[in-house]
Amino acid sequence: MSGSLERLIQLAAKRHGADAAALRPEDDVFEKLGIDSFQAVELMSELELEFDVEIPDYELQGVRTFGQLAATIDKRR
Amino acid sequence: MTAGVEWTVEGGVCELALGRAPCNEIGSEMLAALERFLAELDVSSTRALVVHSTARGGFSAGADLRELYHGLVARPEGEQEPALRDFIDRIHAVMDTLDTLPLTTVGVVHGVCFGGGFELALTCDVLVAEKTARFCFPELRLGILPGFGGIPRLRRDVSNAVVRDLLLTGRSINAKKAMAAGLVSQMVAPGEGLAAARAVANQATKFDADALATTKRFMKPIPRAELAEEKAHFLRLAQRPALREALRKFVESDDLRPYLP
Repeated sequence: MSGSLERLIQLAAKRHGADAAALRPEDDVFEKLGIDSFQAVELMSELELEFDVEIPDYELQGVRTFGQLAATIDKRR
Repeated sequence: MTAGVEWTVEGGVCELALGRAPCNEIGSEMLAALERFLAELDVSSTRALVVHSTARGGFSAGADLRELYHGLVARPEGEQEPALRDFIDRIHAVMDTLDTLPLTTVGVVHGVCFGGGFELALTCDVLVAEKTARFCFPELRLGILPGFGGIPRLRRDVSNAVVRDLLLTGRSINAKKAMAAGLVSQMVAPGEGLAAARAVANQATKFDADALATTKRFMKPIPRAELAEEKAHFLRLAQRPALREALRKFVESDDLRPYLP
């Protein structure tokens, strides 16, 4: 598991009360965390600040899993 | 008071709390509530206004797109302009009044601050953003442009390049980026926005009312010609089938992120 992926999972799990050990790279971020559209917006801000990146929304089209999200973050670091 | 929109005045500071579920969408009820607030606000005994949201999701998700969609489909083509124009004229009057209040106005933004909500925030003199804040103008995706006065107000405050980036990509930006662009004056931890805004407002209570109002009038001219131009563009674009089709997709969508450009 890459460093970004691990940090992403830890952060998302802590923020939304999930068990980080139970989250897999192929899991759907939004379904697994059970978050609504407003929480999804907040999560993006938190991730950008945590990883010190900017992720334009249009690069998130089709991004659903922790692995895909970590890869999107890594491309911007 | 109007359900979901409440205000208090204490020690020369007025606090306007927006709390209409789900996220302070601006439709006819929010518009009427803001009109009533402004009619009742006594500027002679108030030195500062804090505008904040008690909605969990954020400051405001913008125009009430469901109400807009149902209003458009309820009227035959060619008969939509009077209702659209009436709403736009009234919301512009509210935004212009907020923009030019002879007080220091402080907006507190957390979470979603999109479209019309962003336009509302832009009427404030000073913006405090919590780290969760996210600013976005997704209107082009709907086949329109911001219609509540947002473009001239954004242009007044930040560079044209930033305006183009936000409008032409429809992407959202976080509080840090908004602060770097000069849009936000302070970024604070989640839950700390209101306290920071109250501190700004309390500063205003120490100042002479005439000096404060004169400085604001001098430094924050209202861009009337551009506002009228934006209104005309909006009314033309909003009457095309493209908006109705985009709104239909939005209303019927179960996408968790329907705002993605």
